[in-house]
Amino acid sequence: MRYMIIVKGSRDSEAGVMPEEKLIAAMTTYHEELVKSGVLLDVSGLQPSSKGWRIKYSGGKRTVIDGPFTEAKELVAGYTLIQVKSKEEAMEWARRYPNPAADGKEGEIEVRQLFELDDLPPSEAVERFRKLGVGGKE
Amino acid sequence: MTASDTRGAIDAVWRIESARLIAGLTRIVRDLGLAEDLAQDALVAALEQWPEAGVPDNPGAWLMAVAKRRAIDQLRRRTLLERKHEELGRELEAQREMAEADFHAAIDDDVGDDLLRLVFTACHPVLSAEARVALTLRLLGGLTTEEIARAFLVPEPTVAQRIVRAKRTLAEARVPFEVPRGEELAARLSSVLEVIYLIFNEGYTATAGDDWVRPALCQEALRLGRIVAGLVVKEPEVHGLVALMEIQASRLGARIGPSGEPVLLFDQDRGRWDQLLIRRGLAALERAEKLGGTLGPYTLQAAIAACHARAHTPAETDWERIVALYDALAQIAPSPVVELNRGVAVAILGAVA
Repeated sequence: MRYMIIVKGSRDSEAGVMPEEKLIAAMTTYHEELVKSGVLLDVSGLQPSSKGWRIKYSGGKRTVIDGPFTEAKELVAGYTLIQVKSKEEAMEWARRYPNPAADGKEGEIEVRQLFELDDLPPSEAVERFRKLGVGGKE
Repeated sequence: MTASDTRGAIDAVWRIESARLIAGLTRIVRDLGLAEDLAQDALVAALEQWPEAGVPDNPGAWLMAVAKRRAIDQLRRRTLLERKHEELGRELEAQREMAEADFHAAIDDDVGDDLLRLVFTACHPVLSAEARVALTLRLLGGLTTEEIARAFLVPEPTVAQRIVRAKRTLAEARVPFEVPRGEELAARLSSVLEVIYLIFNEGYTATAGDDWVRPALCQEALRLGRIVAGLVVKEPEVHGLVALMEIQASRLGARIGPSGEPVLLFDQDRGRWDQLLIRRGLAALERAEKLGGTLGPYTLQAAIAACHARAHTPAETDWERIVALYDALAQIAPSPVVELNRGVAVAILGAVA
């Protein structure tokens, strides 16, 4: 089973402030633990939303809205992808995640299980999606 | 938290912590069997206390503290017994205090080395391949005897006995709890890699109708491989094996058809190959190749698997390279299977050239 630990945005992550050394060290230690336990698949941080954009749909109409966006907590600042044996194991790893906010401010992470393509009911479109070779499989 | 939530949490903690716990304890008590008993005692204590008190903030440290207390109790009891027999009184007491001090100092040491010592001990060549596999899954994978039995389709008592006997063999042979050095390292490492690949293949050959525990062995082997690769980073063959397993595992979803029939490599829907695992496999292969030296058998097999993984269609396969890699493999690890595959590759190369 694959789970994504999503780090929510903060004022600092949105301002592009690099985390202090102490936080980087804590994050590194945590991810070292994941590697040592053989469960880390992927990890990445995202640049501030000021470098991104949104597209809103209204029926067939599209509107592009450039970042930055307010409500930092609704934004994603990074993710850690792990492969584990059970939901409980994912929970245990998530519990150990360091507070992603600098200086011990308020931070938030969210954990979501990845869909595997085999979870979806068979259909022609799903088959075509599989051919893209990008979906997850166990 | 409900009782079953706590039970699930304890299982998860055990999976994450048990290997390190047993490894740390083995270094202290110098007895694998005793170390495992102490770790199990700590697990029982957790099962008794956590449902009431909740899972502690640092469950690994909690388990270690409990196991440590039990170990010291044992040490005291042994000392007391000896004192009665030999009436050495004060002298032994001083010895015990020193032993306890050593114990506390030792237990705070880096755990990575201990884990590696445990890997090499569980995969010691003095044990049969079967025993190494069972002991590795038990001590490093944190699998129960029942899970191992189900995965290998043998009765549970057989596995239990295998593990008991393996621990006895290690004790009788006085296998030291250490990481081999120098020339011995290569031979011992190949024994470790063999065990991991055996576990992987056991899972890989499982079919659709099998118990989920069997295919899960692939994940378990991959996890073990990644752990060992993180501990002995300078050994190319470890990365070669990880690369091989990542790439083979990327095809797991494609190698079984809708009605459970096996699908051969060339007939597989390559869209079902897991690109994340392929990327990881190619990265591991690069690490192996960068470390230099003659490519070992796992790295060569991974390089062959990589040729297939890079090809979007069978027609795009780099057959010239595959033939060259099989030539190299036939030189260092000749076998009828290698010869057969080499022959097939040569024939295809001749047909497409």
